[in-house]
Amino acid sequence: MSRTWIDLAYLFAAICLILGIKRLSHPRTARSGNWIAAVGMAIAVGFTFAIEEIDTYWLMLAGILVGSIVGVVSARMVRMTAIPQMVALFNGVGGGAAALIAAAEFHRLAPEAGQLAGDHLVGILFSALVGSVSFWGSLVAFGKLQDFVPGRPIVFAAQNLINAVLGLTLLGAIVLTAITEQGVWLAVLMVGALALGVLFVLPIGGADMPVVISLLNAFTGLAAASAGFVLDNTALIIGGTLVGASGTLLTIKMGQAMGRPLRQTLFGAFGAAPEAGAVTAMAAADGDGSVRTASADDIAFMLAYARRVVFVPGYGLAVAQAQHDVRNLGELLEGKGVDVRYAIHPVAGRMPGHMNVLLAEANVPYDELFEMEQINPEFPQTDVVVVVGANDVVNPAARNQPGNPIYGMPILDVDKAHNVVVIKRSLSPGFAGVDNPLFYDPKTVMLFDDAKAALGKLIGSVKAV
Amino acid sequence: MNAQLVAELTVFALAVFVGFELISKVPTMLHTPLMSGTNAIHGIVLIGAMLIVGTADSNLEKALGFVAVVFGTINIVGGFLVTDRMLEMFKQRQPEDGDGDGEP
Repeated sequence: MSRTWIDLAYLFAAICLILGIKRLSHPRTARSGNWIAAVGMAIAVGFTFAIEEIDTYWLMLAGILVGSIVGVVSARMVRMTAIPQMVALFNGVGGGAAALIAAAEFHRLAPEAGQLAGDHLVGILFSALVGSVSFWGSLVAFGKLQDFVPGRPIVFAAQNLINAVLGLTLLGAIVLTAITEQGVWLAVLMVGALALGVLFVLPIGGADMPVVISLLNAFTGLAAASAGFVLDNTALIIGGTLVGASGTLLTIKMGQAMGRPLRQTLFGAFGAAPEAGAVTAMAAADGDGSVRTASADDIAFMLAYARRVVFVPGYGLAVAQAQHDVRNLGELLEGKGVDVRYAIHPVAGRMPGHMNVLLAEANVPYDELFEMEQINPEFPQTDVVVVVGANDVVNPAARNQPGNPIYGMPILDVDKAHNVVVIKRSLSPGFAGVDNPLFYDPKTVMLFDDAKAALGKLIGSVKAV
Repeated sequence: MNAQLVAELTVFALAVFVGFELISKVPTMLHTPLMSGTNAIHGIVLIGAMLIVGTADSNLEKALGFVAVVFGTINIVGGFLVTDRMLEMFKQRQPEDGDGDGEP
C-alpha cells in the first residue's frame, strides 16, 4: 500500500484519538469516547502492517499476541481497588517501549557514525531518558501502592548530593552519546535514568502517587512523541503529544483538587518536614488527651436513631477495601428509616474520582453520592457524620488556621454536623503530617480500628439495636 | 533543517494546543478514568515498536523491538480495557438515575 494511504489512515486515527479524549472528559460520553480512541488505535496499528519497509511479520505478531494476553488478563483480573497501581504498570510499559525503540534505532543507525541526523539523535536521547524514567518511576509507584515498597516518603542522608551526582552523570552520558555515538554511553544514560526514576518517586508519599502517576503518564506521552520524531511517524507524534499535553494539564488539575501545588507534592519530602509534623501531632495527642472514644454499640445506637447520616469515605477505606462494608451498613440504616448519604471529597481514595468508582462497584446508588459543594451546606442539618479512614480532607484547620500547611485546602465541613464518628486505626496524622483538631472536638467520638473491622462491628451492633 | 522536520514540528506544536484544550473542563470524578484513557493512548508507541521489529537487521534490534511490541500492546490493550471497566461502573447507575435523562 502506498505511504499516502497509510498516512491518511494515521490522520483518521488521530482524529479518533482526539474525539476520544474529548468525550472522555464528559461523564455522559466517557465510555463511548474510550472506545472511539480504541478504534482509532486499532486503525493506526492495522495500517502499520501495510508499510512496505516491513519485511518480517512473525516476530511482531508474536509480540502482539503475548502483549494482548497479558493486557486482557491483567485488566480483567485486577480488583477495582488496585486500579491505580494497574494504571501505573500500563503506563510504565509504555515508557519502557519508547526507551527500547530509542535504543534499537540507535543501534541501527550508530555504526555509520556521523550519519545520525541531529533531530534523530535528540529524539533518541529524549526517548531513552524520559521513557526509562517513566518505566522505573512507574514501577516504584506500583510498588508503593501495592505495599511492596513502604508508602511513606523515603528520605535518606545525602539525597541532594546523590541527586547532583546523578544529574551530572546523566548530562555527561548525553554529551558523550552525542559526540562519540557509542552505544555504551547510551547504556550509561539508561542506567542513570533508572536511578533517576527510582529516586524521583521514592521520596513521595503513597497518597500523592496519583499525581506522580499522572505526571509519568505525561512523560510517557512525550517519550512516545519523541520516538515519532526518530522514526518520522506522525501518528506517534500526534498520539504521544496529545497525552503529553493533556496529561500535564491533568496533573496540574489533580494537584489543585488536592489543594497542593505540584512543586510541593514532588519535592515536598526533601528535608525533614513530614517527620517534624508527625512529632508535633503526637505531642499534641499525648498532651491534652481530650479524645473521646466510643464502643461500636454506642455508635450503633447513635446511628440507628439518627435522621440523617453522612458517610465520608477516605483513603483508609480504599486501603482496607471496605467499600462493600460501608454500603452494607448504609443499607441497614436505610432499612431503619435513616436518610443515608455519602460525601465524596474530590481527592478521596487513591486517585481523584477513585472513590466514585469504588462506591459504584459496591452498588451504592448514584443519587446518594454527593460532591463536596453539594453536601457542605447540608452538614448543619446532619445528625451523625461517619468518617471512615479520612483525615486531611475533614481537617477544619484548613478553614480556620492560617499558617497551617493545609490552610486553604477545600475540605468537607463535617465539624458542623451534630455528631462526628471517626473510624481510624490510630491518631497518626494524615499524609499532610498535620494534627487534626476535629479529633479533639467535644462532639467527636473515635473508634480506633481498621476500617473493615470497625464497619463489621458496627453492622453487627446496628442489627442488634 | 529539512522540510519533513518542519512539518513534524508543526504537527507537534498544534497537538500540544489541542491536548491542552481537550481537557480544559473535566469534572474531578473523571480524573482517574481520563488518566487511564490517555494512558492507553500513548500505547501508540506500539507502532514504533512494530517498525523497529519489522525492519530489524540484527538480533539485538529484534530482541529490543520484540520486548517493545509486547510492552506497547500491554499498554494499549490493558489501558483501554481497564478504562472501560471503570466507566462501566458509572454506567450501571443509569436505571437509578433520578433526573430522567437516562444518563449518569
